[in-house]
Amino acid sequence: MDGPAIPSVSTQLGLGDRLGRWRVRWTVGRMRYRVHPGLYRMGNPDPASPVLVTANYKLTFDVLRAELHGINAWLLVLDTRGINVWCAAGKGTFGTAELVRQVQATHLGDVISHRRLIVPQLGATGVSAAEVRRLSGFRVVWGPVRARDLGAFLDNGMRATEEMRRVTFTLSERLELVGAELAFILKWLAVLFLVVLVWNGWTSTMEGFGRVARAGAPVIAGVLAGTVLVPIFLPWIPARAFSLKGAMVGTMVVGAAVALGHDAYGLIDGIQLFLIGTAAASFLGMQFTGSTTFTSPSGVEWEMRRALPFQVGACALAVGLSVARWVTG
Amino acid sequence: MGSHGRATTVTGLAYISGVATIELDRSKCNSCRVCLQVCPHAVFGASNGVIEIIDQDRCMECGACVLNCAEGALIVHPGTGCALAILKGWITRSEASCC
Repeated sequence: MDGPAIPSVSTQLGLGDRLGRWRVRWTVGRMRYRVHPGLYRMGNPDPASPVLVTANYKLTFDVLRAELHGINAWLLVLDTRGINVWCAAGKGTFGTAELVRQVQATHLGDVISHRRLIVPQLGATGVSAAEVRRLSGFRVVWGPVRARDLGAFLDNGMRATEEMRRVTFTLSERLELVGAELAFILKWLAVLFLVVLVWNGWTSTMEGFGRVARAGAPVIAGVLAGTVLVPIFLPWIPARAFSLKGAMVGTMVVGAAVALGHDAYGLIDGIQLFLIGTAAASFLGMQFTGSTTFTSPSGVEWEMRRALPFQVGACALAVGLSVARWVTG
Repeated sequence: MGSHGRATTVTGLAYISGVATIELDRSKCNSCRVCLQVCPHAVFGASNGVIEIIDQDRCMECGACVLNCAEGALIVHPGTGCALAILKGWITRSEASCC
């Protein structure tokens, strides 16, 4: 074949790939973790070998190639700006237009002898199989949700079992998300902590540190309840609305934190901290809907209309108590 | 079985009931079964070759079935499923995206 050589990639992940995976799980440099879009060889493919379509988020690319050990295939990487397949499909960057564009740009029709593209099922939010066929002549075969099922899918004559078609939300999947949520929250907590510290006087740093830590503990407990405990214990917390799950866990955890630190502040302070901490737990629990694999936008909107007044109300009450105390002197 | 008498959901988790906007116009459906292939949550089922919505509550409104239904038999109100994006949408009166 003429034209530029098609790069080969290994199915073995190196140390750099493993470190990179660990790093982006904690959101460090996640938006810049990309591979070059285009066509790649995996193993030793011939013109009859299958074509697997994927995103150019390097984590996605690495998971895919690690699962393809021993399989000869072509990889067609779409430019999703470093976003995974499902999210990119929702935005449309993993979509019909980009797929057709890559098929043409890589001259895929000259490289292979068949006209089939295996597209991950979760790409269906952005890819219209009928449109791809009309625009490129290629037929889309919907692959399994998870890369680890690809071997069995190919062995089975490109047929997915019922289980391969279903999205899950297991404890280990949720734990991977907690890292990202936590990293995001910790950055903001660090900023907030510094602001309060400066507010309290830069000179009395250690004393200020202790005071802020004791007063802030119930609020931090609420933040962790919403971002860590709700995701982990999700199926076991009774209630369907995530805001309610957050409020339930928040009530317990923030209540315990307030009770433990009761000698550091008065009754009114305790009530204020309880209100703000629980509201934070409820809001952040609700925010976790954005990371799940099963919540409908209509459902999120439904619970937001009901929960936001309570969350805002709790914070308003806490502020109101301060105002009342200031007015009454 | 789930607590509300339906088959257990795929994730083992059930979300708000009765709000998903998915609709199937059976007069347009030609039973091509593409919706069964692309749906990640087994919202659809086929009995005697006729496609039906077997559990609306499992639908997360991702829109994969709508985009791939060549007959235009499916309708869903698309949107983003995270609170911050919805809040931003309310404030700026626009459609925002999540991830």
